[in-house]
Amino acid sequence: MTLTQSSIAPSGRLGASRTEETQAAAPEQAKDWPFLHAPDALTQSSVTVTKAGLRREVRIFLTNPNAIIGLVFLLTVIVVALAAPYLFPGDPLEMVARPFLWPGQNPVYPLGTDSMGRDVLAGIVHGARISLTVGIAATLIGLTIGVLVGSIAGYFGGIVDDVLVKLIEIFQTLPSFVLLVVLVAIAQPNVLTVTSAIGIITWPTVARLTRAEFRAIREKDYVLAARSLGYGHVRIVFREILPNALPPIIVTSSVMVAGAILMEAALSFMGLGDPNRVSWGSMIGAGRDVIRTAWYLTALPGLAIVFTVISLNLISDGLNDALNPRFSEERR
Amino acid sequence: MIVSGRLFQRLRRVVLQAVPTVLGIVILNFFLLQFAPGDAADVMAAEAGSATVETMADLRSRFGLDLPVIHQLLNYLNNLAHFSLGYSPRYGMPVAELIGQRLPGTLVLMSASLLFALTIGVILGSLMAQFSGRLPDRVLSVGSLLFYSVPGFWIGLMLILLFSVKLGWLPSGGDSTIGSNLTGFAALADKSRYIVLPALSLSLYYLAIYARLTRAAMLEVKSQDYVRTARAKGVSPLRLVLRHILRNALIPITTLAGMHIGGMLGGAVVVETVFSWPGLGRLAFEAVMARDFSVLLGILLLSSFVVIIVNATVDLLQAWLDPRIGESR
Repeated sequence: MTLTQSSIAPSGRLGASRTEETQAAAPEQAKDWPFLHAPDALTQSSVTVTKAGLRREVRIFLTNPNAIIGLVFLLTVIVVALAAPYLFPGDPLEMVARPFLWPGQNPVYPLGTDSMGRDVLAGIVHGARISLTVGIAATLIGLTIGVLVGSIAGYFGGIVDDVLVKLIEIFQTLPSFVLLVVLVAIAQPNVLTVTSAIGIITWPTVARLTRAEFRAIREKDYVLAARSLGYGHVRIVFREILPNALPPIIVTSSVMVAGAILMEAALSFMGLGDPNRVSWGSMIGAGRDVIRTAWYLTALPGLAIVFTVISLNLISDGLNDALNPRFSEERR
Repeated sequence: MIVSGRLFQRLRRVVLQAVPTVLGIVILNFFLLQFAPGDAADVMAAEAGSATVETMADLRSRFGLDLPVIHQLLNYLNNLAHFSLGYSPRYGMPVAELIGQRLPGTLVLMSASLLFALTIGVILGSLMAQFSGRLPDRVLSVGSLLFYSVPGFWIGLMLILLFSVKLGWLPSGGDSTIGSNLTGFAALADKSRYIVLPALSLSLYYLAIYARLTRAAMLEVKSQDYVRTARAKGVSPLRLVLRHILRNALIPITTLAGMHIGGMLGGAVVVETVFSWPGLGRLAFEAVMARDFSVLLGILLLSSFVVIIVNATVDLLQAWLDPRIGESR
């Protein structure tokens, strides 16, 4: 709220100078009604100032050592995922050497080979692609549905709200992983269905959060001001309320990516992943049968998952501290 | 008298709220079943090994599968009202009976995990809050972050590796020693050996959540005026922590624990497949592998009902514990 209040003033000044130029064309009107020099709110925006206001949050985030560690970890995973086709050209599902090479036995395959003679390192590097793609895409789907439903419910209230809240409640009552298994089993597993299914089961959390934020913000003075200026619903929702409701949604989205990666791993571990793509979960699932003789096949892909998920959780903690000052004071 | 009246009102409200949720879940379930590839007639034909077009049509009309969707929905609701979830040809028994056999296993596993996660999580969280900012807090925070980020099935496999394969202390799967014919205390001891690893791997994630939450809630309660008053009155530090701080910090945690039941049921699916624990999760896994959708959706439906019942119980429990909760809503 403070963000928007402080941002109104400079944009107002900026607008005033511009309106003065246009008013010069109609001088008589300006003489009679000097207060008409006020900016035309319908054409002004405060986007540039909002960006400047975010600098403080960015600074807090970047001075948090945990957040930096998380960011470095995540960047490593992203770079590895992007470089996978250049580092290990060719299909990671192809047999390249003698099966059950232990890590360190053959310098060409530093992490060894699995029961089918596939390179474990190539599998982990290519698995990063799937994990990140599914994690990010599923979160985007969940965020889109959740923000839409939540903002409609929170903004309009009344019967619309009652119905949507009931819908959210139904989805939150269904045990989400069981629903995920059902959806993927019905739709035949591939990257697209797994991603959409994870998006479908994660949206209620976002919707609930967005709705709560919208209900609180829609009563604020600046929303009333926007309404009295004659803004349409779409503009009030997307330009006035949503930017101010974003902080908790951003924090949640980072946790959601972590959750989506864990869910994708669990699905492919159970054999419900895309059979044509190598994924960390499916590597663990395959290594599980030989855990007594070659435990590194189970341990290594799991470490990759832990590494990625920890990075996202560190980032979300950092975001939470940066975007939620009240909480960060209590924590210290 | 007043208490029971208040509880009764609350119960009525909880039931009234649950009815549309149950209906919504049932209808969603029905449509998911409609989308599932193949119907009961296909499954039976496949089980029988041979079928002509005529027998298929006969089967479909016998089970009402050729009726319009709305009629089928009504039939489905009617069957549900008689506690019938359909028949699983693969297991040769009604789905409801099949799930009834497996439900206790999952409930035992979940209660053990929840109990463990709550006890240890609250203890660790209180320690973290007491030493906030100092070394024990730092170490435990890193630990909770780790547990929070580790997939349950992987930690399960690592526990099997350590305690079953390397050390040989605990069994790696199942729920009791086969053919041991133990009774009484010996049987219980035998079972508890089997439940340790699955319960541990299911609970670590929640343990981390409760530890973090207890820490945050206790730090928040600590700064309240009544805590300062109590301290000024000369209340002993232990009593202050246990009665004044922890007790009030526990309220949000019980709320959350109720909300985690659904998530735990989902986690149990994976953990049960790792430890071949005979519960709903393993049944779900077998049903997926066999493409037995009536069993799969039966599990989804019944586990949702479990969640609704647990949530209602938690709701009532809280209304009883904290009189303000019933009034404010």
